[in-house]
Amino acid sequence: MTDSTPPTGLTAPKLRLGLRDGSDDGWGYAPAPESTDHVELRDRYGLFIDGEFTDAADGRTFETANPATEEKIADVALASDADVDAAVAAARRAYDEVWSKLAPQERGKYVFRIARVLQERGRELAITESLDGGKPIRESRDVDIPLAAAHFFYYAGWADKLDYAFPGRGARPLGVAGQVIPWNFPLLMAAWKIAPAIAAGNTVVLKPAETTPLTALKLAEIIRDAGVPPGVVNIVTGAGETGASVVQHADVDKVAFTGSTEVGKLIRRALAGSGKHYTLELGGKAANLVFEDAAVDQAVEGIVNGIFFNQGHVCCAGSRLLVQESVAGEVIPKLKDRMETLIVGDPLDKNTDIGAINSRAQLDKIEEYLKIGEEEGAEPFQTSCPVPERGYWCRPTLFLHASQSHRVVQEEIFGPVLAVQTFRTVDEGIAMANNTPYGLSGGVWSDKGAKAFRVTSRIRAGVLWANTYNKFDPTAPFGGYKESGIGREGGLAGLHAYLQPEEAA
Amino acid sequence: MQVSTASASFESPPIDAVGVEERVARLRSRSIKKDAKLQALHLTLSMIDLTTLEGADSEGKVRQLCAKALQLHAALPDLPHVAAVCVYPALVGVAKRALEGSGINVASVATSFPAGQAPIEIKLLEVRKAVEAGADEVDMVISRGRFLAGDFAYTADEIASVKDACGEAHLKVILETGELGTLDAVRRASDLAMRSGADFIKTSTGKIKPAATMPVVLVMLEAIRDHYRRTGEKIGMKPAGGISTAKDPIRHLVMVRETLGQDWLDPDLYRFGASSLANDVLRQIVKQRSGIYQSFDDFSL
Repeated sequence: MTDSTPPTGLTAPKLRLGLRDGSDDGWGYAPAPESTDHVELRDRYGLFIDGEFTDAADGRTFETANPATEEKIADVALASDADVDAAVAAARRAYDEVWSKLAPQERGKYVFRIARVLQERGRELAITESLDGGKPIRESRDVDIPLAAAHFFYYAGWADKLDYAFPGRGARPLGVAGQVIPWNFPLLMAAWKIAPAIAAGNTVVLKPAETTPLTALKLAEIIRDAGVPPGVVNIVTGAGETGASVVQHADVDKVAFTGSTEVGKLIRRALAGSGKHYTLELGGKAANLVFEDAAVDQAVEGIVNGIFFNQGHVCCAGSRLLVQESVAGEVIPKLKDRMETLIVGDPLDKNTDIGAINSRAQLDKIEEYLKIGEEEGAEPFQTSCPVPERGYWCRPTLFLHASQSHRVVQEEIFGPVLAVQTFRTVDEGIAMANNTPYGLSGGVWSDKGAKAFRVTSRIRAGVLWANTYNKFDPTAPFGGYKESGIGREGGLAGLHAYLQPEEAA
Repeated sequence: MQVSTASASFESPPIDAVGVEERVARLRSRSIKKDAKLQALHLTLSMIDLTTLEGADSEGKVRQLCAKALQLHAALPDLPHVAAVCVYPALVGVAKRALEGSGINVASVATSFPAGQAPIEIKLLEVRKAVEAGADEVDMVISRGRFLAGDFAYTADEIASVKDACGEAHLKVILETGELGTLDAVRRASDLAMRSGADFIKTSTGKIKPAATMPVVLVMLEAIRDHYRRTGEKIGMKPAGGISTAKDPIRHLVMVRETLGQDWLDPDLYRFGASSLANDVLRQIVKQRSGIYQSFDDFSL
């Protein structure tokens, strides 16, 4: 390993970049909050089973809160085994009696309709996502919601073309899919799960995360209003127990889970021998490799997008920065400069770059890692951006001089925390990139095309970006190697995960 | 033609055009409202080089422009004045007399503006004449033909000799980015100009499109920042051409704010070369203050 502060590089005076440093001797940005006037949120949300909203059988509820204010938004029904039972039964009925018999073009029409309404109600959904989950409106408006709609559009197109997608295989749906999704991209994950499943002819029971159920429930309204037959999509809300109940239900044919590696392992164990199909999309600790021939300013931007997008609550986040030592002296100061311009605060402000940490529990976890990193001997750097008093916040953070043996390098933090290391040779960089239990994603920055291809082909990860980061598209498969999961979502591979050949059906 | 072999001093970092456009898109998404907007509009006025560069320019037109520079809008006496008035060398004297004692600089284009297709001796003579006539600032054009042919040493020497001819006058080096073709070339020309004595680097003559596009300006700002961090020297920036509505300069100021920081939000280090921008900015200021848009006829030419 080499030291991460070589003698060369940028040393000169500081730039006055802090946008909200509290000093009023210059030009800063006034607050530009998105208006919430047109967003209707109810005080109480039920389960969506068989086309209707109902309370939990035992009447239990849980609260969902705004992580930026810590204020409660609504009470949400807490589904027990009995409710999951009812949901799976509704899905089975809908599959047997309606959805599997419907002409594929008709199925496609419903999916297209969902996509269109998602677009029409985009603003409302973006605001709801930011209120419930804490992500900046810039991202929910420009990334989450448009991509969610794009997934429905993309898979809607396949509904009546399955024979062309997998020629000669006689593609048939699997039946009832039980799906459990995380809190980092609530509506987008629901779209990733529901769109290919129902386009391929399956019916679903989906459980959103307990801290972010609202957009999934709004999606339920959209699905109902789109006239999708009752029971094709069922949404049951709750925490881990509800999720376990969905995954383990005997009448579920396929399990799709996105979440932590820890829970993924439990699920895989529980499913062993059950004959159920499953795909697991789990954690990651991606390396972002910056080579000395990279376009440095654009690489810095990519590093920022890689780790600070969505507060770092991204399974494919570029949470390990590996910089070639000859340019570390230039990259690191530039990265710090760029970080100074990141605005942390009100998720509904259009100028906010980093919103609220999703929950108290997640903030505790991140803060624990901030302590661990320091104890391990890495050098922390945080920007000076002020943060609001209430709510859960974490300033963008670097750990310089980190080492492969450090927990902040090995373990997924799922926050705006970037571990920085340097390497000397290409081989060393690749070895460090691969030295992780995970293998979900990675990034390579080089102005040399051949080098980019050669390096990406040697990194064991499911998704690799060259000279960009965190780019998503419904046509591109997404999924991991090693402890990052099994199976792919998105693209044809994602469709395949909800189908079986005719002879198996 | 003698083409120098690229030596270390002409090296510039590679630029990824796709990445630049992404960064620009993100900067464009900043939302500037209320006080921040009003402040930006005032700042913009103070950074304008009020410009007329037509073959048909007359003494009368230049005097009218200078009067406008002195009093942008009679109904709003508390506005800042513009930074400079920019004219052809033949009209520098007229502008100088009209602006006497106002604190507004006279800038003159020179070096066979806009094409730069003249012998170096003539260009240098033109620069000296403009300075003699009272120009505080000289806006030169580089010989794009020699630069694009790879003769970077020529371009460096050309800029250095113009700087020498400028004497005390400030030198703005126009790269004419619309003719350079790539952002890599923009970066290289920026670095060359700064290392050869430019006080300002400037995008365009205004005679060629595209001119001051945001990606081009961002690349130039990053070049200025890198130069500053290496040498401690603050080089100014002047986008010119195509900046005509009040929205554009606000986006530029955001870009400057987040690339170079607060220090560059100053007419000594940032200018807008524009002929029709001022009135749209004035109209927006009136709108911000009164809530009502006025007709363009309510603002003087």
